[in-house]
Amino acid sequence: MALDKNTIAKRIAKELKDGYYVNLGIGIPTLVANHVPPEIAIEFQSENGVLGIGPFPFEGDEDADLINAGKQTITTMPGASFFDSSMSFSMIRGKHIDLTVLGAMEVAENGDIANWKIPGKLVKGMGGAMDLVASAENIIVAMMQVNKRGESKLIKRCSLPLTGIKCVKKIVTELGVYEIIAEGFLLVEYAPGVSVERIKNATEGNLIVSNGLKEMNFS
Amino acid sequence: MINKKVRNVAAALKGVKDGMSLMLGGFGLCGIPENSIGALVEIGVKNLTCISNNAGIDNFGLGLLLQKKQIKKMIASYVGENAEFERQMLSGELEVELTPQGTLAERCRAAQAGIPAFYTPAGCGTEAVEGKETRRFNGKMHVLETAYEVDFSIVKAWKGDEAGNLIFKGTARNFNPVMCGAGKITIAEVEELVPVGALDPNQIHIPGIFVNRIFQGTKFEKRIEQRTIRLN
Repeated sequence: MALDKNTIAKRIAKELKDGYYVNLGIGIPTLVANHVPPEIAIEFQSENGVLGIGPFPFEGDEDADLINAGKQTITTMPGASFFDSSMSFSMIRGKHIDLTVLGAMEVAENGDIANWKIPGKLVKGMGGAMDLVASAENIIVAMMQVNKRGESKLIKRCSLPLTGIKCVKKIVTELGVYEIIAEGFLLVEYAPGVSVERIKNATEGNLIVSNGLKEMNFS
Repeated sequence: MINKKVRNVAAALKGVKDGMSLMLGGFGLCGIPENSIGALVEIGVKNLTCISNNAGIDNFGLGLLLQKKQIKKMIASYVGENAEFERQMLSGELEVELTPQGTLAERCRAAQAGIPAFYTPAGCGTEAVEGKETRRFNGKMHVLETAYEVDFSIVKAWKGDEAGNLIFKGTARNFNPVMCGAGKITIAEVEELVPVGALDPNQIHIPGIFVNRIFQGTKFEKRIEQRTIRLN
């Protein structure tokens, strides 16, 4: 069965390692924070200027001066810090962030990503996405593999305006886990009950099935 | 002590004229100079070029200036959440320049620091940097971005003293520190203006040298854009 958004986030949480500084994008990536294994220490960064994000506040504790990049009210963990926007992107461009998880509209088989603009529709802007994808060395895309019109989002070449080039390393979707290699999308894991045939049909770009292909494991 | 204190927001904004360029701090509605924005609406200056990460919402923040059609050009990284902005952009009334957020911050900081330009990898290979000079460093493409030149930087801080020293609070810090000293004149509005000596020099985020005028705002509404709470 294909995964839901929460389970995609749960699978991505398995990529977290002790001591990682992590930047989570809006949407499915935000849910990753709910699945951090208790035995490891992780600090979440938000590009508007906070490291060490905690859970959302209880009602009545909201602070207008304390928000995340999605403009949601947040709390901080012990050991948190605040900084200005230039320093925030020093962390990002300077490769001090260990893992970046973000959503996408399209990912190409060469690792190109498009997630900020649909021509003809209202452009809201790239925010920090272009800075993040241009510099991060460990980028995981969290997204649904097929759009609302039933079209694959894992494609040969992005048709939408790019956010970054040759930057995505790994993709986790409702159907599988993929690594970007020279030949295209390497399928390394499939969601429980999802056939390789179904995955092939949902992948427009070149798909290579790993010799070590296995079922996703969430424990 | 060099005293930067001015009486009120009107005195702080003295010299802001039609056609000028402004840099305004804040991320979303967090840490925006709301007293100064309110006064700019009252003064009615027009044809402004505004550099700010976002463009406010329809009835708050820079959205108030947009409603009065006071902004000619907006330079920002993300401009959602604003219907009037959308309308003006689509009708061509408003010129919009979208810039990666980190580049926007660094172009402010470069102005503050007297660095005319710098290279960044952000946006390379995308339409966001089309036509800009590029150069390869360590095998990777970078784009040349220039420092912003503006007439006024308008920032908001939590506390300040009469010498112009500033302390920010929480994520309301965001773009405010990097805009200080980036414009020809920097105006700081603070929630609490204290006498010189009342702030610990160890705790100062921005030294007064980067600030020309400081005043205590009369009202801080501090709206929350996405109030989010946990249920258990």
